[in-house]
Amino acid sequence: MTEFTVADLKDIMLKAADGTAPALDGDFLDTPFPELEFDSLAVLEIATLLQQNYHLVIPDEAVAELTSPRVVLDYVTARLRESE
Amino acid sequence: MTGAVVTGLGVASPNGVGTEEYWRATLEGRSGIRPIRLFDAAPYPVRLAGEVDFDAEAYIPGKFRAQTDQMTQLAMAATVMAFADAGLDPAGMPAFEMGVTVANSSGGIMFGQRELQQLWSQGPTYVSAYMSVAWFYASTAGQLSIRHGMKGPALVLASEQAGGLDAVGHARRQIRCGTPLMVTGGSDASLAPVGLAFQIATGMLSTRRDPSRAYLPFDRDANGYLPGNGGAILVLEDADAAEARGVPGVYGEIAGYAATFDPPLDDGEPGPDTAAYDPPRGSGRSPRLRRAAELALADAGVAPGDIDVVFADAWGLPALDWEEARAITELFGPRGVPVTAPKTMTGRLYAGAALDLVTALLSIRDGVIPPTLNVTEPAPGTDLDLVLREPRRRTVRHALVLARGLGGFNSAIVVSAPTTHARSST
Repeated sequence: MTEFTVADLKDIMLKAADGTAPALDGDFLDTPFPELEFDSLAVLEIATLLQQNYHLVIPDEAVAELTSPRVVLDYVTARLRESE
Repeated sequence: MTGAVVTGLGVASPNGVGTEEYWRATLEGRSGIRPIRLFDAAPYPVRLAGEVDFDAEAYIPGKFRAQTDQMTQLAMAATVMAFADAGLDPAGMPAFEMGVTVANSSGGIMFGQRELQQLWSQGPTYVSAYMSVAWFYASTAGQLSIRHGMKGPALVLASEQAGGLDAVGHARRQIRCGTPLMVTGGSDASLAPVGLAFQIATGMLSTRRDPSRAYLPFDRDANGYLPGNGGAILVLEDADAAEARGVPGVYGEIAGYAATFDPPLDDGEPGPDTAAYDPPRGSGRSPRLRRAAELALADAGVAPGDIDVVFADAWGLPALDWEEARAITELFGPRGVPVTAPKTMTGRLYAGAALDLVTALLSIRDGVIPPTLNVTEPAPGTDLDLVLREPRRRTVRHALVLARGLGGFNSAIVVSAPTTHARSST
């Protein structure tokens, strides 16, 4: 099965920030996106990159509920399990 | 009414990133015109342009880099410089007392082309979410407002090359309406394959391969212009507010501004024969460019004899050069005022023409007029006192800056020496 790890998530988030996101240096998983300097457009870009890299279809309603990195991690993990 | 004074400058230009780097290069006659390197220009008839060597990471956080085209990044870098130069930290300022009016004409064309290629080659899933904002003309105004927490008026003006002046004229109006600080100027980055193709279609670009013989405004060998990427940002403040905060120095005042608009000619398609920058030939009406200059002088309350230098629009096409030369000589008399076009070292920057305002303010500060590069033999009938080859020492109290935009835009600004807190040369 395809794994989705914290490192994978961090890679995606960095891609959405042109490789520089100082807020990802420490514990970031449970911090809401706005506090990590990821605005709603950046979260949409994260969803776009996830769709490209993991061949998922993420509906707009689901994107609206992706409020922190932990939520994204759990969401993607669950969706990948479903598709096994 | 108190004046609108310029208290900070920022420059990202093909011949220098940073105000002093740009100014040194300009006085020394160092050009930023080179063969295009941003993409393979071999299939195109135009091979030369002014590109900006520019480290976006030095000025712009990752979040904003990812969301923006170079046209926005050039303005963001220049804004960081301009705030530092003005001795201001926007984070410590009241959000609604700062606004932004910038000009843009190219849109985020490099970003847009990349994403459209993704769309057609791989499908909609492969288009960045950032495409939704990055291509847009207003992106620069919006991102500057977001980054620096400026919640006053935020606006973009799109009037091609004239926009670089129109934005500053509009920012002055916002100051008069009660916003004490405006970030203003303009930037463009038109150099992508599709952007170059659009420009070539006007028939106005030089196709020469020799950087020293391509863009030659007012020369008898004028054969078109070269485009450049770049931007310039000015911090404009209400003079009393600047004084009250203890401003470190003032470059000058935006003393007069006016814009005029030409009627359409012929079929309205762009090009050297059809773009009207004065009324139709033979119509007998007063030329619009001259009218813009006259109105700007009147707005500043100065006479032609008070103007110490004219920074010309300098389109680089014989008919348009002749029309501008005529407007200048009608206003100032034959060889009546020094005229210069330092944009011969950068190419025409479109909205980045705000750079000419920066250059005029530096001329005021240092008492020197930068040269027009590469022009050797002024065209017959252009009876101008062109500053050629070498900079010219001269006390500059008032400078007139002219700009025209494809489609009939004419704009003029008078910048005047500060009455107090004048900047000294660094």
